[in-house]
Amino acid sequence: MAAKTLTIDGKLISAEEGATVLQTATEAGIKIPTLCHLAGVYDVGACRLCIVEITGVAKLLPACTTKVAEGMEIQTNSERLRKYRRLILELLFAERNHVCAVCVSNGHCELQTLAYSQGMEHVRYDYTFPKWGVDTTHRLFGMDHNRCVLCTRCVRVCWHIEGAGTKNVAGRGGKSKIITDLNQAWGDSVSCTECGKCVMACPTGALFQKGSTVGEMEHDRDKLEFITTAREKKQWVAAD
Amino acid sequence: MKIRLATVWLGGCAGCHMSFLDLDEFLIELAEAVDLVYSPVVDVKDYPENVDLCLIEGAVCNEDNLEILHKIRARTKTLVAFGDCAVTGNVPAMRNQFGIDNAENVLQRAYIESAQNHPAVPKGDGIVPPLLERVRPVHEMVYVEYFLPGCPPSASRIKSLVAQLLSGHAPKLEGEQLKFG
Repeated sequence: MAAKTLTIDGKLISAEEGATVLQTATEAGIKIPTLCHLAGVYDVGACRLCIVEITGVAKLLPACTTKVAEGMEIQTNSERLRKYRRLILELLFAERNHVCAVCVSNGHCELQTLAYSQGMEHVRYDYTFPKWGVDTTHRLFGMDHNRCVLCTRCVRVCWHIEGAGTKNVAGRGGKSKIITDLNQAWGDSVSCTECGKCVMACPTGALFQKGSTVGEMEHDRDKLEFITTAREKKQWVAAD
Repeated sequence: MKIRLATVWLGGCAGCHMSFLDLDEFLIELAEAVDLVYSPVVDVKDYPENVDLCLIEGAVCNEDNLEILHKIRARTKTLVAFGDCAVTGNVPAMRNQFGIDNAENVLQRAYIESAQNHPAVPKGDGIVPPLLERVRPVHEMVYVEYFLPGCPPSASRIKSLVAQLLSGHAPKLEGEQLKFG
């Protein structure tokens, strides 16, 4: 495949045609903050945290779904990008009820870690305090919509790794909701195979193993990468 | 001149103040640098004038909280939202999810439905402050200069922030110094 030459943060880089900006930056050791991106499943550009500046393009583009092109000049960590990343995080916190102190994922949460990395010491927008429920009807797992950031990682692993298609998105905008089957109680689902990949994929404490209390829920991403590697390379080996 | 320091306890569990007391020997250093002019651990009834620095624990939950908060803002140079309740609303603000009549509902649940003997919502003009319709973080009500999240913020993080403020620097929360929950 043809190689493309471009610069990321002033560094001259050669990338394969068809690669995304995120893949290329990661391979070059340049870290771009991500939230909805998950190794092993395709990218959707839902969270916008990986936005980058490209010279000559007025819009900020998500690195995870933007393909590299010859001569691209990309900035990944400008003042403007840091400003927008913090803003996105604050809006995510204000949109639902993220109460770290009583969350199963406290201390192991990607949303929390991102907030720290962007220096978010408070949220400037009024919290909306919406009313969401918790689905604990499944015998093994629970879903707390209060903590959901709608990254759709759970939906993607369910459809494209497990192939069960149990998890879906319903609704529009801020009222969007992760649903099970046709918006049924998870415990009543006939399609759920109880594999737990959605729980492992979740960046926050929205999906959890029942019985975990504050700070106890740790998501193990390696299991997902393991399965993806097995599928793509036909080898049962740990992802490198 | 010594810095006039105040600490205030609004709608919170006092855990942040417990963490403050956990400062151990730094408290002795602090006592040399500041006059503690108002605090739950000091027997002063009214919030004084000309306060330099005030650490505010807790969310704004009732009319009493709101009244003293406005007084604090008017009489203090620098405010620090001290702990998750002050910074985010945290656990006290969870009642907001139950809509516009949440205050009435939580009182009903706590004092009527859960009561074993003599169910009654406590009342008393000038004694029991009425709950606000919505619990708010401090900065949604008054301007706040600095934020120290954490539930509670550890003594080392309190020390770091207070030490920076006492030396006249705008505190920076980075790396380990920044933590929610």
